[in-house]
Amino acid sequence: MAAPTTPAEIGGIGHSVQRKEDARLIEGQGNFLDDIDLPNTLHMAILRSPLAHARINGIDSSAATALDGVVAVVTGDLMDQHGLAWMPTLSGDTQAVLATDKVRYQGQEVAAVIATDPYIATDALELIEVDYEDLPPITTPQQSLEEGAALIRDEKEGQTDNLAYTWETGDKVATEEAFAQADQVVTLETHYPRSHPAPLETCGILADVNSVTGQATIYMTSQAPHAHRTLFAMVAGLPEQNIRIVSPDIGGGFGNKVPIYPGYVVATAASLLIGQPVKWVESRTENLISTGFARDYYMKGELAVTDEGRILGLRVNMLSDQGAFYSDAQPTQFRAGLFHVVTGSYDFPAAHIDCRGAFTNKAPGGVAYRCSFRITEASYLIERLVQNAAYEVGIDPAEMRLRNFIQPEQFPYETATGFVYDSGDYPTALRTALDEVGYEDLRREQAEARAEGRLIGIGIAHFTEAVGAGPSHTYDIAGLKMIDSAELRVHPTGKAILKLGVKTQGQGHETTFAQIVAEVLGIPANDIKVEHGDTDHTPYGLGTYASRSTPVGGAATAVVARKLADKAKKIAAHLLEAAEEDIELASGVLSVAGSPDRSVTIQDIALAAYTNLPEGMEYGLEDVTYYDPPNLTYPYGSYIVVVEVDPDTGVWQVQRMVALDDCGVRINPMIVEGQICGGLTEGFAMSAMQWITFDDDGNCIGANFMDYLVPTAWETPRFELLATEVPSPHHPIGAKGVGESATVGSPAAFVNAVIDALAHLGVRNIDMPVLPDRVWAAIDEAS
Amino acid sequence: MFPSRFDLVVAQTVGEAVEARADAGEGGRFLAGGQSLIPMMKMRVAFPDTLIDINRIAGLDAIERDNGHLHVGALVRHADVVASGVTFGAIASAAPWVADPLVRNRGTMCGSVAHCDPEGDWNSVLLATGADVVAHGPNGERAIPIADFIDGAFTSTLGEDELVVGLRIPVPSGRSGGAYLKLERKVGDYATVAVAFHLELDDSGAISGAGLALTSVNPINNKVGDAEALLVGQQPSAELFAEAAELAAAAAEPRDDVRGTAAWKRQVVRTYTKRGLAAAAQQAEGS
Repeated sequence: MAAPTTPAEIGGIGHSVQRKEDARLIEGQGNFLDDIDLPNTLHMAILRSPLAHARINGIDSSAATALDGVVAVVTGDLMDQHGLAWMPTLSGDTQAVLATDKVRYQGQEVAAVIATDPYIATDALELIEVDYEDLPPITTPQQSLEEGAALIRDEKEGQTDNLAYTWETGDKVATEEAFAQADQVVTLETHYPRSHPAPLETCGILADVNSVTGQATIYMTSQAPHAHRTLFAMVAGLPEQNIRIVSPDIGGGFGNKVPIYPGYVVATAASLLIGQPVKWVESRTENLISTGFARDYYMKGELAVTDEGRILGLRVNMLSDQGAFYSDAQPTQFRAGLFHVVTGSYDFPAAHIDCRGAFTNKAPGGVAYRCSFRITEASYLIERLVQNAAYEVGIDPAEMRLRNFIQPEQFPYETATGFVYDSGDYPTALRTALDEVGYEDLRREQAEARAEGRLIGIGIAHFTEAVGAGPSHTYDIAGLKMIDSAELRVHPTGKAILKLGVKTQGQGHETTFAQIVAEVLGIPANDIKVEHGDTDHTPYGLGTYASRSTPVGGAATAVVARKLADKAKKIAAHLLEAAEEDIELASGVLSVAGSPDRSVTIQDIALAAYTNLPEGMEYGLEDVTYYDPPNLTYPYGSYIVVVEVDPDTGVWQVQRMVALDDCGVRINPMIVEGQICGGLTEGFAMSAMQWITFDDDGNCIGANFMDYLVPTAWETPRFELLATEVPSPHHPIGAKGVGESATVGSPAAFVNAVIDALAHLGVRNIDMPVLPDRVWAAIDEAS
Repeated sequence: MFPSRFDLVVAQTVGEAVEARADAGEGGRFLAGGQSLIPMMKMRVAFPDTLIDINRIAGLDAIERDNGHLHVGALVRHADVVASGVTFGAIASAAPWVADPLVRNRGTMCGSVAHCDPEGDWNSVLLATGADVVAHGPNGERAIPIADFIDGAFTSTLGEDELVVGLRIPVPSGRSGGAYLKLERKVGDYATVAVAFHLELDDSGAISGAGLALTSVNPINNKVGDAEALLVGQQPSAELFAEAAELAAAAAEPRDDVRGTAAWKRQVVRTYTKRGLAAAAQQAEGS
């Protein structure tokens, strides 16, 4: 990797600067939503449906209203009077805020109590009587699309079945031709189960609407405060200048804090109507059963291959379980996110993807859980398919990948579904990881172990991600273009404040974005304060998710810093009495080319910007940039997992996990590695233990941390991290984004490892999570 | 996660605690570590009117050997059992597998025993080693054999006005070994399947005493009497343990659930029984 160009005391790109935010978070000085107290705050609790599908014949809230300390009970009828019983979703559907007609999933919001303290609000929930009339629950998308299935969205005009959307892409005819030429067709049908981002801090809001001025100050656990301000203005009809969204310290988001939830709308409406601040903080169970889930894709992939292991084409049929409302957070023109990145890291001419989504009696959501819009599912499918194809063709799974990789000289490379990959060197990445793990020796050990009745498996995944949404010609959410911004002000003493449209939830923006400025201007990273999350004090942007902060907001930061560098050079030319084009800027020193002793520092320039300027130049050293990326960025990685499976119990243990990531230029290698370790842990969780499932009545199983499993350090394997660094050619600093790579790439590596241990028995699929009973059953059936 | 309203009584002596319990009647509950009670209250699955806090009562926090028995007081935390040098066999083996480090620091062994959760670890261990539960009520103390103490899932034969003040576990005098094998999905999870083993050997090396009990695969923690009877009097061997494993697997009544299929759980009982008996025998032979 490239060595840093700035000294450590400046801390530009490539330095593992300690995270500036850690001291306050570790010492208990963070400021999370529930830490914020305002005078006269009321507390809200939400009554949720115990049933998955039922008509509401009536709600009696008189006993709750009469309870001492209860200020109001809000029902769907009351919301309806204000036109707020329903709200739009980010995928063009509508979603109930409080149910008026029927409940469509267990945990759906039915009523809300506003009380003087949260205990009383919870007590009052038990006093609300709802008259439910059972309707048949639909718990799978297959069931949902059967002829004669009960209509879940009977309120929706023109909706006659439970189909949520259809979407296809690629070239169907070319793909059929490719399949006609294939020696073999390798098929994999698998379910990527429903999971949940489960941030440690649940979602919440403190809405403070001033009844006199109409000013709405809304503290909210938001990954996208600016987009939320605009959506609040559109949905609630509040004038946008009167809405201030403040997203304080966020205890993890992972996509869960992108949507607008009914609780936010009810709390804001209640504050508006009552004239006092209203706070609502979800319980763990509320978060798990009602807020944005992820995945739940039933996928059938077919790969057309030759006897030499050459891939000719890919065909995918996908059915998604959307829950009761189609509320995926995703770019408008793509109905299944960026699932069409399913062609992966491979060079083949034809693909066709056919997607359908169905409504079911389950919670809505479909958020990108640490994923750039459904890329996790796509990446999983292609890496599982390629591994299986290797078994069928009879060549090594690593060799299968090497034979089909897009080659370094093919970039920029247009895939069969229209992505234009920016850069990469896949063969070097995979070979480096194979060398590190000692692949050939492992294959020998595997053969020896099999002879002794022991089961060892080696799983590979070589993923390519598409992140940094996105270019305005293609990407918008609810009509808002996915640009982002940075505003940089350098104060007279040479210290700076950087204001961002993106919003950290733990990614380390306060450190890494300061490092970008430090790189360009040479102002030490520790002299730069990064502000974000408050819409009154930061420029507009679409927020932090889909690994877009560095590709878009980071690019904006580099560009604005360069604008200031240009002005700094003009001022330096004035101070040094030299020509502007002769001024060079390196590590905060501006000098005249060829005369290094004729120099000034960036701090001198900052003072001059407010005291001593050339004739006609405007005072100050500040600017703002809105960045519209020319393309997505395409980070990738080669992951290898070694497992041993206990044939008597199906329990599997990870022996090794080697993860090579190429995310382009690494701004802060330590933070990048932290992101990768976190993502690998989440990938391991999904492959090994973590899912939300439902019984036949639609009861959610996975409603608390006893049933929804988040691995601890004890279960989590040790990770061995490697890196290569192929910069993005179109990003101002060559960075690609990394937050989600490991979550996207690793599940296939873990699952492939277990399959590889059993491949000689003929096992080709075990659905995630790869629970020991499923492994044992697969062995049992095969032998 | 806001519990409903309750009163709190902080007892300073066993007498005070028992009296407060009698006063509170049906709505009263003792609070020691709260490892199960407090989550149940937060989820409003339990809503006692009165909590009687026994944590300040002096003299209930000892774990010690005396007169051939291991005595465990009502305020001995799981972490104390892990750290103790006076435990043995299955008890020492099981302690680090109880819940997670946070729960082990607060939760008590006696509280877990009294809770009678069929997915709890300790009652299987005590069914294997043998133990008396010492209860204190208005009429003084009585000792209840563990098998009689467990009445059903979440129910015991403890009187409403009785407090579990300790456990009395016989310490084997001769060669002995034990183990607790637990399959859990992650740290802090209940057992998917667990099996407790206790073996005593006579001078000839034959098995003179055997205990075997199952966790999470029956409506209550299940002592497998026929497997124990099979083992006693025999020389330890892989064939014998395989036979016992079949009896243990047959005694299990697992159900299909989110943790796994019944057939697989039975297979785990079978596998663990073979492995656990071998481990216990090896420990006994080396003792």
